Amino acid sequence: MNRASVVFLALLLVAIPLSLFAGRVWIDPASTPNAALIVAELRLPRALLAVIVGAGLGAAGAAMQGYLRNPLADPGLFGIAPGAALGAVIALWFGYAASAWLLPLFALVGAAGAMALLAAIAGRTGGIALFTLAGLMVASLAGALTALAISMAPNAFAMSQIVLWLNGALTDRSWREVWLAAPLVLLGIAVLWRAGRSLDALTLGEPVARSLGVDTTRLLLLLVAGIGLTVGAGVAVAGIIGFVGLVVPHLVRPLTDRRPSQLILPSALAGALLVLVADSVVRVLPLVTELRLGIALSLLGAPFFLGLLLRMRKGTI
Amino acid sequence: MLSAKDLSLGHRLKGVNCALEPGKITAICGPNGAGKSTLLQAMAGLLDPDAGGAALDGTMLSDLAPRDRAKRIGYLPQSAEVAWDVPVRTLVQLGRMPHGDQLAEPVDAALAALDLAPFADRRAQSLSGGETARVLLARVLAGEPDWILADEPLAALDLGHQLDLLRHLRRAADAGAGVVLVLHDLAHAMNHADRVLVLDRGALVADAPPERALDDVTILDVWGVAASWVGKSGKRALVTA
Repeated sequence: MNRASVVFLALLLVAIPLSLFAGRVWIDPASTPNAALIVAELRLPRALLAVIVGAGLGAAGAAMQGYLRNPLADPGLFGIAPGAALGAVIALWFGYAASAWLLPLFALVGAAGAMALLAAIAGRTGGIALFTLAGLMVASLAGALTALAISMAPNAFAMSQIVLWLNGALTDRSWREVWLAAPLVLLGIAVLWRAGRSLDALTLGEPVARSLGVDTTRLLLLLVAGIGLTVGAGVAVAGIIGFVGLVVPHLVRPLTDRRPSQLILPSALAGALLVLVADSVVRVLPLVTELRLGIALSLLGAPFFLGLLLRMRKGTI
Repeated sequence: MLSAKDLSLGHRLKGVNCALEPGKITAICGPNGAGKSTLLQAMAGLLDPDAGGAALDGTMLSDLAPRDRAKRIGYLPQSAEVAWDVPVRTLVQLGRMPHGDQLAEPVDAALAALDLAPFADRRAQSLSGGETARVLLARVLAGEPDWILADEPLAALDLGHQLDLLRHLRRAADAGAGVVLVLHDLAHAMNHADRVLVLDRGALVADAPPERALDDVTILDVWGVAASWVGKSGKRALVTA
């Protein structure tokens, strides 16, 4: 475990218990009625879900940037998140939202569909550029179908449900979502971690990586599986939460020796921390309705991204 | 022995046969589009030929596991791409990847061989073009390959650094490695290679010591340039008419 992992793990271990107190109602263990029940059944699963979703997005972002050798790459580029979102939107369209399992299940099927499509393309092409374009096409197809579903929503309620869900949130989640997402995200992070050494070799370009014995087709399949599991499971339980995968590796990179393999674990921990803190903040903001987590993170992420572009233009990255 | 047997790949290579020896510097020359880089990559096992193949000591490269091939053949591409600003030592250490170890000794030896020891902790993107070229060659040397295949390693370097890098490659050849270089500068090929392969439109048209492979007739035939060599052996210069 490198220095960056230790730093973010320590911060996370401090932030998790603190986040349990934060919310519309601040919990004072001595005086709040049913404090233990609120923490055990509402706040703890929500905090753990934030950690799980954030960890998956952070690790996926780090792996994606390493794979594409581009600090502006985002896990959304592969089209897995839009694929999962499309699955969820179809579930909402048919009014399955009331059933606890159907929505995340549809989302996972959507993510798996995008993964299968990408894997089929990956088997035929070797080039990263062509594959990335294919991923973008999958993303835009899923996005177009999602827009179609919204425009043809059977009623206003379904439409508002879809739009709200697409914004991403951890409101009213329970242990059920935790048990659904945790194993998939952990497996995904393990897969991405395993791809780390090959990603290091890609630092010198694809031909050198192959000359060092990297099987680039296998690496691509590992990436598709790892990002599919982390991002797909995250979208299934929390909706679309943007910018974490893009921003987190940038925060972590200066704390490491900048090898992609050294970035995956600390990015998972930092992603967990970012989503946990952001979700705690949206809970305590004095707004009439809770600010959606996806919106909050995009509000934070967009200016960061612009700043990044400006710094790159000055050549300081 | 690294050899090509009837190596064909689309229009780029047409039935190339050659057998290269270790301990020597072999230059691959030819005009643009002659198939030099393609031949080098095929002999590094990075391209699947349509017909024929490359073999290492009698074993077809396609029959070798990628890692076993990687332990024995080091490949240096023309592009000096380093995507992330990693420290020099970390970059050179990538050469150990096929061996699956993090041994310090070969990495230190490679850094020392290219006079890079003082640069070990510098960041890759803070280096000049000449320094980067040496670091990338050190990465190949750290893997202790039997063969070093480099695609225009001198392309981005000034004359001083070109001669420097050739000196390092000669040292590697003297230590027993087979060195294969794609070279555009015919004078470098003439003065520094033990053997020259001349490619023209995918076909091997000469395979001989430099004086014979790069004689006036071949240069006129292949490059379409009337030129002649002046100077003494090892210090020749090409003068065009």
